[in-house]
Parts: sequence; C-alpha cells; structure tokens
Amino acid sequence: MTALEAHGLWKYYGDFAALQQVSFEFAAGSCIALLGRNGAGKTTLLRILAGLSQTSEGQVRILGGNPRQPAIRARIGIIGHGIGVYDELSAEENLLTFARLYAIDHPAKAVDHWLERTDLDRVRRGLAREFSRGMRQRLAIARAFIHNPNFLILDEPFTSLDDRAIALLQGLLKDALAQGATVVLSTHQLKEALELASHVLLLNRGKLAFTGTRTADMLVDPGWVYRHYGEPTASASPANGESTAA
Amino acid sequence: MNYLRQVAAIAGKDLRSELRTKEALNASLSFAVVILLLFSFVVDPDSEMLEQMSGGLLWMVFAFSGTLILNRGFAREIPNDCLDALIASPIPGSALFLGKAIANFALIAIIEAICFPVFGILYNLNWTQQLPVLLGVSALATWSMATLGTMFGALTVNMQLRELMLPMLIYPMLIPALMAAMQLTTLLIAGQPIDAEHAIWLRVLIAFDIIFTSLAAVLVETVLVG
Repeated sequence: MTALEAHGLWKYYGDFAALQQVSFEFAAGSCIALLGRNGAGKTTLLRILAGLSQTSEGQVRILGGNPRQPAIRARIGIIGHGIGVYDELSAEENLLTFARLYAIDHPAKAVDHWLERTDLDRVRRGLAREFSRGMRQRLAIARAFIHNPNFLILDEPFTSLDDRAIALLQGLLKDALAQGATVVLSTHQLKEALELASHVLLLNRGKLAFTGTRTADMLVDPGWVYRHYGEPTASASPANGESTAA
Repeated sequence: MNYLRQVAAIAGKDLRSELRTKEALNASLSFAVVILLLFSFVVDPDSEMLEQMSGGLLWMVFAFSGTLILNRGFAREIPNDCLDALIASPIPGSALFLGKAIANFALIAIIEAICFPVFGILYNLNWTQQLPVLLGVSALATWSMATLGTMFGALTVNMQLRELMLPMLIYPMLIPALMAAMQLTTLLIAGQPIDAEHAIWLRVLIAFDIIFTSLAAVLVETVLVG
C-alpha cells in the first residue's frame, strides 16, 4: 500500500520556486531519509506533507488522503524545528492538551504512559519553561508520539538533542517502524538517518535529484549520495556529505 | 462531543497560560483603569454630559484595553512553534477559533467586571439599575470584540507589526458593534429599559455576532494555512 505520494509539486514564495516538479511514491512502512543541503527545499516539502503549507501546484496524498483532512492529521506525528510545547504549562498539562486535541480515548492514561516513557513522570507538574533543554526535547517527543501516529514527519529531529533524547527517539522510531509506520526524516546528520532509512530522497535546489532504496554503499560512506547525485561543485568537498554527528 | 472537548482544550490552555503569567491581563487592566481615572478628572460627575457619554467612555476603554488581550491570543502560539503543532493536530479550524475566542471573551470579561465598579465609584453613578440586561448587552458586545479580534489575530500572527496591525484592522470593522454597545449601555446605565426605538441596536449586536462568528469559523483555516 502506498503511504506517501506526491505528483508534480511546485511551491513558490513570490517568484522563487522552492520546489520544482517534485514527484515520488513510497510504500507503507518505509523510512525515508530526506536529504539536501541548506535551502534545498526539505523543510518546505515537510511542511507541505504535514499540511502546514499549501502547494502552488501538484498534489500530495498521505495514507490515501489529503494531509489537511482531520482523519489523516490524526494519524500523523510531527517534530519540527520548534518543540511545539507551551512554556507556561506543566509537562502533564501540555500532554493532556494535545491528547485532547487528538481525541484520544483515555487521555490521562496516555499522558501517564508517555511521561513515564520519556522519564518525565517525576517532574510532571513542573512548568516546561523550568525544564532543561534535554527535558524539553523529551517532552516534545512525547507530544509527537502521544496519539500513536502511523506516519511520522521529523524535521532535523536529532539536531541539538542530548544523547539520552537521541537514544529515546531512535528507539521510538524503530518501534514505530516495526509496527508498520512510515517515517519521513529530514536531517544533515547522515549517519543516524541512513542507519534508520530504507529509502533516500535527495533534493537539490528544489528539484528531485535522487529517490530510491538506501544501499549498503550509502551506509559505508554517508556522503556517497551527495557525491553521485548532489551539486557537482559542492560534492567535491568531503565535509559536505559527511555526517556531522560526533 | 470530541469537537466540544477540543474547543475546551484550546480555551482551557489559553486561560491557564494567561492566568499563570497575567501578561496581557495586567497590562490591559492597568490601561483601562488609568483611562477611567484620567477621564474622571475631566468630566464633572454631576453633569448631564456624563450620563450621555457613559456608554461611549466605557466601550472605548474596553475596546482599547481589549486589544492588548486580543493581540496575545495567537501570539501566544509563536514561541516554540506551537502554532504548527496546533495546525498539524486534527482539530478543525472552527474549533480552534471558538476555543481561542472563548478564552479572549473570558479575559476581556474579567477586565469589564473590574472596570464597571471602578467606573461607578469614580463617576459616582449607579450603574446597576438594569444589571441583568446590561450584562447581556456587555456579553454580546464582548463576543463581537472576541470573534473579530481572534479572526484578525490569526491573520496578523506572522506579521512583525502585529501589535499595530490588529487594532488598525479591527476597529473599523467593529464600529457597528461598538456603536450599538455604546447606545445601549448609555441607556441602561441611566436606568432605562431598552425600548422599541433602541431595540434596533440590540438586533445589530446579535446580527453582528452571528455573521462574524460564522464567517470566522469558516475562514480561519484558510487564513492560517492558506
């Protein structure tokens, strides 16, 4: 079953075409590493997939429907650039708010489960603004997973995460994939992304440069896909394609 | 049922956040009380003019101080990209709008509940003679401000000069509702019931609320997502 399809996507900001004639299809259960340099159009594409932005031309279907349909949105989990939690609310209040927005059957139970899973149950009544950066990130992860989504959209999810949050997120993504979820993951940290990915989608200046299965070559040499399909001048620099994860 | 829970979740979240920080509430209340105080030095409490302008004065105060609250409605969603998390959730645009409008309504109502007695003391007026009707008229006019402010708050949320743009957009649109509220409040504070001649203003307020609530509920998703 096709979980994600895009046909002839264009997105303009004024005269600037951020996406140009982008088309692809991925089956359910795929983990797609969305790669590309800064300004390639990754975030624009992810915002369209998440239903946060409209296309100028073309069509996107997620799990067989328009991403703006509430029934489809209820099955999508998102981690974007911001953590998407309210500083003035406690961890518990934040999760309870989103559990109610996603119309979860037993919101309090789900909140307890995710506070425990993200190791925030001891500080459940603490305000998010008083949390450390790592705790806030774990709260954001709990917020994105609280409704057990079967389609995940993650924009630079590993950036500025501490090792504990990276391990938590990787574990959750592996669990979600094992249960048949589809994951779209944009990142500059190629090593982490390619280890999880079953497919790769490379954007270059708004155009689709490569789409296909993640191969063993890419795992051995994470910069391989950039050198073969990316911008010729930039790909000459080894640093451009290498993982930045330390 | 889920729809109502979603509306309540949005309203509850906004009210809890605001009552915890009191950011907009304190600014709005201080502003309203200062204007009432300053005007009390200008107007003679025993004059006939005071009776004639009481409604106008009160609703100008509520309109100006209310904007400070309305500005925070969607601006509260900007830190941490909370607006994206909200738009990405399966909540219908109309539920998001209603939740925010209810929270704005409640916060402006708090300001009004404090300002009416302050007005009565400073201007030596017995404003409670037609209290139930006055409360009804205030509720209708406050809902007008809340709906229009919430709708235009969604429109201006991504603008850099949103604090300036919001009042510039809503005041002209709000004129019919404000005029109706001023006429009726003046009448009710003077202790007179709403007669046939003034009933038209009540109908204006009701029609305004119905039209703008419906329009905003339908349009808010387009405004937020495009």
